[in-house]
Amino acid sequence: MAELVAVIASTHHPFYYRASTATGEDRPPFADEWVRKVEAFRETLTRARPDVLVMVGSDHFHQLWLDNMPQFLVGKAPFYDANFYNEEREFGLPRMLFKGQEDLSSHVLREGLDAGFDLAFSNELRIDHSITCPIITLRPQNDLPIVPVYTNIFAPPLPRPKRFVQLGQTIRELVESWPADRRVAVIGTGHLSLELGGPRQFGPHGPDPEFDRKAVEWISTGDIEGCLAEVTLDSLHLPGNATHGFMDFMLMMGVAGEGRKADYVDTYDLFHTMEAYFTWYPNGGQA
Amino acid sequence: MSKYLLNKFLFTVDRDPELVERYREEPRATVEMWEADYANRILGCHEGESSTWLRFDDVEREALAAHDYPRLFELGAHPFLTLTLFIAMFERDHEPLGFQTEYARRLSHLSLPYPDIAT
Repeated sequence: MAELVAVIASTHHPFYYRASTATGEDRPPFADEWVRKVEAFRETLTRARPDVLVMVGSDHFHQLWLDNMPQFLVGKAPFYDANFYNEEREFGLPRMLFKGQEDLSSHVLREGLDAGFDLAFSNELRIDHSITCPIITLRPQNDLPIVPVYTNIFAPPLPRPKRFVQLGQTIRELVESWPADRRVAVIGTGHLSLELGGPRQFGPHGPDPEFDRKAVEWISTGDIEGCLAEVTLDSLHLPGNATHGFMDFMLMMGVAGEGRKADYVDTYDLFHTMEAYFTWYPNGGQA
Repeated sequence: MSKYLLNKFLFTVDRDPELVERYREEPRATVEMWEADYANRILGCHEGESSTWLRFDDVEREALAAHDYPRLFELGAHPFLTLTLFIAMFERDHEPLGFQTEYARRLSHLSLPYPDIAT
């Protein structure tokens, strides 16, 4: 059977690529510390020596549109092109190409359907910065095959937070029941408090530092029960109008497990939003 | 009222570099052209299988034609779509992040709960 060797949850900040590659006067003052933190975070994946990556993210109205919107979708394709024109335009992100792990996609779809998740699928999926950003930060050599999993945190009606946790728990079971002698890492990205296109956007820090403090506590201690007791679809409007992306962190808490403390925690308070990085080693981190 | 159609305008213009520039330079004419030529296209279907019933109401058409992004927010257009397209059109006219902070300031009269964006 496959082994789940790392569970990683992260924000996906599309400005990192440009900030980290800028030089001279174009390099922002926060870039050096940001790069240092990301490189330390990257090491937590490297030491787990994964063979395959399950990548959880959310399409930002790129390929998926309101005339046909899935709640949860699994990519099943031999390759995935990545990043879109408007991400090149706004963030300077490069075009990328990923190799797919199709047999794991098939396993996740078949067994996921049988486990009670009516997963949508795509045989030709172009993926966006919710998945390319963590590759840029965590695996810039982009040498591992992936299984992309998209969640709808963007176009209401959305699944409730508990459903994200349940999907995370199920993804873990599916990875661990995959009959292949491979080392799998599950990496998911979302947001803490965030406002986009509203009056609280692009402030000196995230729109709700108190929410961010509580969120980091929930995630780092694996407090799924406490998180679910406070977080609802309605409550997530309060910290910022794009904060429903926090539900992807809740999904990753489901992968890691109730009460499971993160083995690595780091944050970085930037303008606009707080960065947050978490790693769990399900088997004690013995790489 | 159709939040869906507002979003469809923002989505289809944003992903087309030529339409982004047309909308920046000639917003009213672009909205008229789009409503006539694009509004009923189903993105995954052949053009001969377009819809027949989609149109803006006067308030929506005017908000788009006036580049009035605070009004689009009030009408429940998806804030991410509006922000992304308006950054593409107008960030170039400002200092770095200047347009984004101006955008926030122009929405500062709004408080929670924000308009419903469900379509």
